[in-house]
Amino acid sequence: MSSIPTFVEFFNNLKEGKLLGLKCGDCGAITCPPKNSCNECGSRSLERVFLSGKGTIKTYTITYVAPAGYEKEAPYAVALVELEEGPWIVGRLDVDPKVAEEKDLIGKRVSIFAKELPTEPFYPDKARRIVPYFKIEE
Amino acid sequence: MRRRVAILGVGMTKFGRHSDKSLVDLFAEAFWEAFKESNIELKDIQAVYYGNFVGEMTDGAANLSGFIADEVGLKNVPAIRYEGACASSSVAFREAVRAVAAGYYDCAVVGGSEKLLTAGTGIGTRALATAVDSVYEMAAGLTFPGVFALAARLYAKEYGIPLERLREMMAHVSIKNHKYAAVNPKAQFYGKYGDLKVEDVLNSRMICSPLTLLDCCPMTDGGSAVIIAEEKFAKDRVDTPVYVLGTGQASGGALFRQGKDMIKAIPRRKAAEMAFREAGIQPKDVDFVELHDCFTIAEIIALEAMGFFKYGEAGYATLEGRTSIDGELPVNPDGGLIGKGHPVGATGTSQIYSAVKQLRGQFHGYQVKNARIAMTDTLGGDFGTLVEIILGVE
Repeated sequence: MSSIPTFVEFFNNLKEGKLLGLKCGDCGAITCPPKNSCNECGSRSLERVFLSGKGTIKTYTITYVAPAGYEKEAPYAVALVELEEGPWIVGRLDVDPKVAEEKDLIGKRVSIFAKELPTEPFYPDKARRIVPYFKIEE
Repeated sequence: MRRRVAILGVGMTKFGRHSDKSLVDLFAEAFWEAFKESNIELKDIQAVYYGNFVGEMTDGAANLSGFIADEVGLKNVPAIRYEGACASSSVAFREAVRAVAAGYYDCAVVGGSEKLLTAGTGIGTRALATAVDSVYEMAAGLTFPGVFALAARLYAKEYGIPLERLREMMAHVSIKNHKYAAVNPKAQFYGKYGDLKVEDVLNSRMICSPLTLLDCCPMTDGGSAVIIAEEKFAKDRVDTPVYVLGTGQASGGALFRQGKDMIKAIPRRKAAEMAFREAGIQPKDVDFVELHDCFTIAEIIALEAMGFFKYGEAGYATLEGRTSIDGELPVNPDGGLIGKGHPVGATGTSQIYSAVKQLRGQFHGYQVKNARIAMTDTLGGDFGTLVEIILGVE
């Protein structure tokens, strides 16, 4: 059994282009981002694995009204992506919000990368905020 | 052996802007209204159950339960603050009911207060977003309207409904709930928006696409309170006790951990099944519902998960008027969160306020005719805390 990556470890890896997940020794499911138990069966028999970083957009929204601390980033597109290995993950779409509004992007293939944006007083990482981004593959 | 629990009295402030009142003041105002109709003395109240979500962020106030008890003269009784995001006071209500049912107390007060409107949109939106996963969802700036916007697009895709058609169904939820709120004197939008058209909803300001301003509940300040007691205690004091027939509660993890099941709101299904089982009834026995329409799509998802309509069908049912006041299942006759307002920690017990007034035939606004059984549904977080409560009169 591997140790469970902290969120800082997860984001440090993502910054280097590596998507860290956990493979269940009991049911084989992949959990990502890390969690103390398998997201499918609850097992603690988890091994660290690197995932492909590729997936499909399942749903998205363009946020026009942002929370305090995020106003300068709006409008921005938030998406839920289903990774090739199964888990769903939240991140931003690396597309012009106008394009995301006009086109139906659900089902588009994407690859994940990371950007560093300013943190804010209530975000758990007081040093920085690393945001998963999804680039649409043509 | 469990005892039967009844509601003696209910109170709520007008929902809207209360920039001149504290969280404690708002609770107290609701409390006195409930106290007045309960025909009890202060010394009868043995415990205080209080719901508040984000007092720290909106009012710099966290340690509230002792202050609210003391404010209304309840000296030295146990007072507890419950946090279950938007379901805070429903969680508090269920815990209070269980304590009275178990015999720990004969009489208790439950309530909540919150001040999101005065806090302003930026702080309010950030405060509400504390209900999403603080790391993996907040990194991307996911907001609460964002959660339900994601659910809306997924719902359209999974059930094969064109997005524009779904937006029309959602608009009808807004039209209906605003219509009812416009005649509810306690509602934030009392006297306003009573005659909205589909185009008004579709063309109002975009918040998180596809959700416009009129797809969203407003930011609200307000308070609510309910006094409960053991059956005999209640019967000795009020003419029409409203009985707690059943309750249910369930939990869930972050939105992204739920995958496509998010639109089925599995924790809500579990909580509703628990409540129906405890009450010994089925969905068809419920006369009306006050449910958690924080966004228009949320009402559609709730109706399906609670068991009133099949998955993928509640939007069509809304279009057909089946959830209107004269339909088979009136939904949110008090205007819901969308029209009445959503002072988060006060919302659960305000749903109970409306349900009790309806069951007694005393509701100011759209009164449901001959209602005997009501159900409330409150959602906290992204399908993370679900509370279902079934109430009835004899």
